[in-house]
Formats: sequence, C-alpha cells, structure tokens
Amino acid sequence: MNWDGWSAFWDMGGRAFYVWGAYGVAAVCIVLEIMALKLRRRQARRDLKRRITAEKP
Amino acid sequence: MGNINWFKYSSPQTFYPLAGKMVPWFVAAAVVLAAVGLYISFFVAPTDATQGEVYRVIFIHVGAAWMSMFIYVVMAFWSAIGLSFNARLSSMMASALAPTGALMTFIALWTGALWGKPTWGTWWVWDARLTSELILLFLYIGFLSLQAAIDDPRRADKAGAVIALVGVVNVPIIYFSVQWWSTLHQGASVSMAANQHMAVTMLWGMLVMALAFWMYCIAAALMRVGSIILEREYNADWVRTLPELQA
Amino acid sequence: MNSTLTAFRDVIARDLLLAMRRKADVLTTLFFFVIAVSLFPLGIGPETSLLRKIAPGIVWVAAMLAAMLSLGRMFADDYRDGTLEQLLLAPQPLGLLVGAKIIAHWLLSGLPLVLIAPLLGLQFGLDRDALLILIASLLLGTPVLSLIGAIGAALTLGVRGGGVLVSLLVLPLFIPVLIFGAGAVEASVTGLGPAAHLSLLGAMLLVALFFAPWATALALRIAVE
Repeated sequence: MNWDGWSAFWDMGGRAFYVWGAYGVAAVCIVLEIMALKLRRRQARRDLKRRITAEKP
Repeated sequence: MGNINWFKYSSPQTFYPLAGKMVPWFVAAAVVLAAVGLYISFFVAPTDATQGEVYRVIFIHVGAAWMSMFIYVVMAFWSAIGLSFNARLSSMMASALAPTGALMTFIALWTGALWGKPTWGTWWVWDARLTSELILLFLYIGFLSLQAAIDDPRRADKAGAVIALVGVVNVPIIYFSVQWWSTLHQGASVSMAANQHMAVTMLWGMLVMALAFWMYCIAAALMRVGSIILEREYNADWVRTLPELQA
Repeated sequence: MNSTLTAFRDVIARDLLLAMRRKADVLTTLFFFVIAVSLFPLGIGPETSLLRKIAPGIVWVAAMLAAMLSLGRMFADDYRDGTLEQLLLAPQPLGLLVGAKIIAHWLLSGLPLVLIAPLLGLQFGLDRDALLILIASLLLGTPVLSLIGAIGAALTLGVRGGGVLVSLLVLPLFIPVLIFGAGAVEASVTGLGPAAHLSLLGAMLLVALFFAPWATALALRIAVE
C-alpha cells in the first residue's frame, strides 16, 4: 500500500484533477460505448421484429 | 487435418451465435484484468521520483494507445480479406472495429493531454507520438465518415477497405515524417516516452491494463458486429427464425 | 502497345481540351490559393521576420487546400456523362488511363500553383534561394497531392457530402508531403540544406506514381459497379 489513508489517495499528490480527470473520462467513454452498443442491439432487434410481423400473411 | 472446416465461421449465419457466446467471456476477462491492473496501478506501483503521482495516467494512456494502433491494423487486415475474397463478414468485422479503435485513440489523446499539462506545462505536446496519434484519429474519422456517407453496404465495405489499406500503408510514413518534424523543431527534448528506467511494478501495471483494454475491445467489436449482422442480413431466413426475435 | 500510348495521350488531351473550354474551373483553384495565402498576414500581422518564418508552411497548406478543392472535378464530370464507364470498359489498363487523368489534373491544378508560388513567396519576404527551393518542393509535392487525391476522389464519386468528405480522407495522408515540402524550404533558410527533404519528396513521388493509379482504378471500379 502506498497511501497514508484515503484522503491522500484521492488527492494524488495534488494532481487529483489530472489523474481522476484522465481515468474518469476514460471510464465515461467506455460506459457510453457499452450503452451505445446495447442501444444499437435493441434497435436492431426491434426493427427486425417489426419487419417479421409486418410481413406475416 | 482435412476434416477441419476452416471456414465454418466465415458466414454471418454461423458467426452470429459464436460471437454472442464469446462476448460474456471477453467481458469477464476484461473486468478481471482491469481489477488486477487498477490494483497494481494504484496500490502496488510506487510513487515516481520525478513525476509524483500523476504518472499513474500512463497505465491507461499506454493501453489505449497500443489498442488504437493495433485495432487499426486488424481493421485493415479484415478489410483486405473482405475485399480480396468478397467476404461480407470480414468487412463487417472491419466496420465493427472502427468505432472502438477511434474511441481508444481519443482516450489516448485525452489522457496524454492530462499527463502532459502537469508534467510539461502545456495541454498539448507536439511530440512525435501524440501528433501521430492525432493523425491516426483523423484516419479513423475518415474511414467512419466514408462508410457513413455511402448508402450501399457492399460499396461502403469496399470503399472503406481501400481507405483503410491506404491508411495502414501510410501510417509508417506518417510516423516517420512526424518523428523527423518533431526532432527538427524540438526546443527542449519533450517526449512522452518513458524517461528513465521504470520500476518493474509499473511495467506490470501497464501490461495488465493493456490486456484489459484488449479484452474489452474484442468484446465491444464482437457485440457491434452482432448488431451489424442483424441490420444487414434482415432478409435471411436464419435471422427471421432467431429465437430472440420471436415475439 | 501503340494503342495504349495513343489512349494515354488522348485522355490527357481530352481533359486539357475540356478544361480550356471551362477555364473558370482551373482559375478558381488558382484564385483560392492566392486568397488563402493572403489571409494569413491579415490574420497574424505583417511583421516581416515572422512572415518569412511561416511562409513555407502557409504556402504549402494553402496549396494542399487548393488541391483538395480541385479534386472534385477529376472524375465527377466523366461519371455524369458516361465517359468513365467507357474508360472502365476500355482494353487499355485502367491504371494507365487513370494515370493520364491524374497528369491532366496536375497540369491544370497543380502546375499553376507551382508557377504562382514564387510571387506569393515574395510577398512573405522569402529570398531567391528559398523561392527556388519552394518551387522545387511544390514541383515534387503537388503531383503527389494529385495522385493521393485521386484515390479520395474516386472513392467518393457520387457520394453526398463529397467535397468535405474527400478532404477528411485525403488531408491526413498528405501530411508527410507537407512536412517535407515546407521543411525543405525551412531547411534551406536555416542552412541545413534541403537535399534530404527534396530526396524524400522525390521518393514519395515515385511511390505514389507506382501505387496511386492502381489504387484509384480499384476505387473507380468499386464506385461504378
């Protein structure tokens, strides 16, 4: 363990903005991509279901 | 040897269920590796002598940068296969990889900037590697824009393939010229490259995080290609009869 | 062999003739180049030493942008009137015919830039040696712009958003040419000597001459089929 307690951890030697700004935005990007992927899959399924029911005799 | 059908999974129909089954495994791998990697990055790797704590940004910067370059090459590879063998699925895979690759490039640039500001004083450092990374982002954007602008999917596949292949051939040329440009114009020797010897734990952190990114990117690309298959193969019987679509 | 050379020559001649009938197309590219270059002192300030320093970069970037704007013309007209399909069906190698079109394009859109650049360089206070290197670098580099640009023009034939899209595709690929082109002039000014830069530009030209017509032909087939 490197840290003298959690407050030192969050502080990152005074560079909290940079470290957490970097990690934070990266995490947000990944979360957004996952959400977009799920949305796209849901939309694709919805469109296909609509096609199938529209073409039922 | 002769009984193995190497091309069994080269059609959308056979690949779709395989991709679906693989995604959770890669997600799990990514989560585990990220957990281990983050632990190493924050709790095992020591404070850096010159850069203090802010150097910890490299644990995601390096992984994202490697993936951004790796994905471009893989994308170009599948583009080439799709173009040469007229293989739809290979082209779909290239299209599936591009957005994730672009995202990795963006993350590399963003984290690079946030590392550069406290370390060298400016938000943007025109060094060879960051500048090449920026140009790589432009190449991704070009590929994505071209495919978005073309309505016919097969033409989009092939046109994208050409631009991806032209791009991949140019990447070494671009990197070399940016290196040249950077060394000629350099005042101080600013470089994003690891300056002194890194502690072994730092290298481990970088490696594990890079692997975590890799697993994540595979999972994301597989998930995306599944959606692309559903979007494009809507006329096929096997799609119509998929259990997940029976309302 | 004879018919190939004839076809090659005919394609160039046709493009040049068509352009002569519509001089405006060619001249607008030239005017854009001149105007774009003149914008920079207006935006930055007329301080001579600064202008002299940034001149190579500015002239080069403006040349790239001007080349970009002219790319739309390379195949679009032929695409619209059916000539392109004829070219694709011709017995001569498509790469060669495409090469002919690229040469015509350069003669109309690249060479004029090379010829006018020294005048613009004078506006920026470049001395005679720097101007000579500027001409040499543009002479080597503008054909590369036409060659690489042809690939982009072919890929985006008939696609909406064509003009800006071509720029998006092609400008990143131009960057090495820009670096060594502007770098050559700067190297001559600072005394390092432009030989290395010019050689690299020459090498890029050879590589582009070899690969671009073939890649463009492929892109044309993809666009038209």
